[in-house]
Amino acid sequence: MTQLIIDQALVDKARGSAQNIARQVKQAVDGMTTVTIERASLRLLGIDGVDAQGAPMVNIVVEHLLAQDLLGQGAVTPVVAAMERRGMTAQEVASAVACGALVLTKPDGNREAIKNKALQLAGEACRKISANRRQREEMIQRLGKGSAPQLYLIVATGNIYEDIKQATAAAHQGADIIAVIRTTGQSLLDYVPYGATTEGFGGTYATQENFRLMRRALDAAGEAVGRYIYLTNYCSGLCMPEIAVMGALERLDMMLNDSMYGIIFRDINMRRTFLDQFFSRRVNAYAGIIINTGEDNYLTTADAYEQAHTVLASQLINEQFALMSGLKAERIGLGHAFEINPDSEDGFLWEIAHAQLIRQVFPQAPLKYMPPTKYMTGNIFKGQVQNTLFNAASVMTGQTIHLLGMMTEAIHTPLLQDRYLALENARYVFHTMRHLADEIEFKPTGRIQARANEVLAQTVQMLAEIEQIGLMEAIRRKMFAEISRQPDGGKGVAGVINKNDDYYNPFPDLMQGGASDDTATNSN
Amino acid sequence: MTLQQTQTDAACLVRPYGDTLDDGVVQFSFTLPLPHDELACEAARAVGEAMGLHEVSVSCSRDLGQGFSFFVLYGKMTTSVDVSRLTVNKAEFETMKKEAVDRFIQEHFGRKLVFVGACIETDAHTVGIDAIMNMKGYNGHKGLESYHEIQAVNLGAQVGSDEFVAKALELNADALLVSQIVTQKNVHLANLTRLVDMLEAEGVRDKLVLVVGGPRISHELAKELGYDAGFGPNTYAEDVASFVVQEMKRRERS
Repeated sequence: MTQLIIDQALVDKARGSAQNIARQVKQAVDGMTTVTIERASLRLLGIDGVDAQGAPMVNIVVEHLLAQDLLGQGAVTPVVAAMERRGMTAQEVASAVACGALVLTKPDGNREAIKNKALQLAGEACRKISANRRQREEMIQRLGKGSAPQLYLIVATGNIYEDIKQATAAAHQGADIIAVIRTTGQSLLDYVPYGATTEGFGGTYATQENFRLMRRALDAAGEAVGRYIYLTNYCSGLCMPEIAVMGALERLDMMLNDSMYGIIFRDINMRRTFLDQFFSRRVNAYAGIIINTGEDNYLTTADAYEQAHTVLASQLINEQFALMSGLKAERIGLGHAFEINPDSEDGFLWEIAHAQLIRQVFPQAPLKYMPPTKYMTGNIFKGQVQNTLFNAASVMTGQTIHLLGMMTEAIHTPLLQDRYLALENARYVFHTMRHLADEIEFKPTGRIQARANEVLAQTVQMLAEIEQIGLMEAIRRKMFAEISRQPDGGKGVAGVINKNDDYYNPFPDLMQGGASDDTATNSN
Repeated sequence: MTLQQTQTDAACLVRPYGDTLDDGVVQFSFTLPLPHDELACEAARAVGEAMGLHEVSVSCSRDLGQGFSFFVLYGKMTTSVDVSRLTVNKAEFETMKKEAVDRFIQEHFGRKLVFVGACIETDAHTVGIDAIMNMKGYNGHKGLESYHEIQAVNLGAQVGSDEFVAKALELNADALLVSQIVTQKNVHLANLTRLVDMLEAEGVRDKLVLVVGGPRISHELAKELGYDAGFGPNTYAEDVASFVVQEMKRRERS
């Protein structure tokens, strides 16, 4: 494939800054945990379900521990201690707490014995996740998967059973990856809804049961079409770690999982988000899940040309956070987008420059390329052309995960026929232009090369500045997406808890190192 | 019946134009929940006829799988619509340029006006409110933050109506700008109604100019819901600003 001339010393410099930036953040939050990390840990111990009012059991137990000021030691040891003392399962402990029959206390007696028991239970949870990982590997071995750019389609009916119909149809029409969009507003719920759901707005609730139903349907579709169909959901918002656990248990394959998206676009507290992303990425890494980051969103808010370097800078930061959590480079699906104003002269050249630069800075990453949205209008005919150009840019620059643009983007959630037309378009373009990039070269003194140089230089400069002032201050100064957030502000701040000296959680250590090497989506 | 014969004095009858006046050609597409076969194509044609079209032809049919088929059709309308009988409900104001809006405010109000905007309730999509309010604006049209005589406060996404009203009172807002992008299952109607109810309960509805915008928002719908104006696609900051300042001026007079 044709290559730009990239100054590797500059890339190394930028990456070094990003590493320092991520380390500074980790240090700043290391002594803290969050309510959702603790709830996620309880889910891994086997606590599930809701009470008569619909409150999840894990929320009830964590609230109970918070009320007694016991959460600083982590939720795992008090629950395991009660299991041991009463001879109960984790679920039975939760039920007893919920109905007021049991008050959890600071574990007395042999702390080491309780820790050992916790470690044993945690090991069982990890084995379940490993089994899912192996099953995915086996299925991909047997069925194969779509070739890159893999076609990523969204379903968003609000009703899991309608989603299943549409997703199955999409798989039959050629989709490789199905993402179930969440209902608007779920990211700000500080709990995860329960059960199969049929009422959502602009999307469907992410629940463990919905995950399970869609997984089953896509496994069936995959068998029918002879290709493993990847399932994607949203590991974001106030319950990032819990969604990661649910996805790991139900064998999702991809998760939208960004280190800064919640802060910038949902006004979630910074520390909360950084803590939650560390834990959730550890789980995702262990489950062999490919994460998708959200840099494309910067370009819907800010200008795609002027702010191109903020995308690359953020990708480098996201990459470092992900590596720290144990994700391997081939599972870090960094996001970007085709969002330059169609009226700008040579806009397509700049799109190619940006996409190719990112491809070369992250050679192993399964890059996620997002279609035009900001400049899509009710003119569906022009919209189809915009998407065609996006498809061309994607295949020419070797993108990996290709979110299909819908010509009705600006009008409504996609109709069945919109998906068909989008798939037909992408398959046509990918097929007819498959090896075009092998046949042409970038002019060393040309516009595309010059633009790539410019973006890389701006990125190096931006990251050097952030390294000086720190990431939280950079966000406060609107350096990403032109949105400012305060370090102590935002939603979910009350759910950030200082760890005591006796804090214990077996999962991060058990899951360290991530998944063993298996067949990831890969451009190479 | 020809167009001439049906035309009365003031009537203005039209029908779609393909390549000849009054040929009535329309092009449309849809999906049927039928497996793709000849019967499905016949059903598609029949759908066109049921729509009142003549000479219906299926130009393209495709198998969508799972018992669904997609069709592109052409047909001809033989009826007409009388444009002279139609009215359009749109906000009455004259769009002024940014500089003219600033001047208008200086001349008529002598102080900075406060515009507070948000995507309310469940809506997480800031693209609309950002296009109107943020400095940068959209498509070369600067946003309200760039207006010297306007203090533009964009609260962003998923702002509860109660929080929005509280902020409006705190900032002594002159105008509230609401954006609703997600309209699936008409969730925006409940959101928009809730805000109006809350403003009325606080007794401040009449003190504010209240506008709403979004891809599926019409002025008519906005008025129905108790808003002063509604703005659909192709609206820029200067449209919203012009309406607000002219509406404030109008209220002063009355």
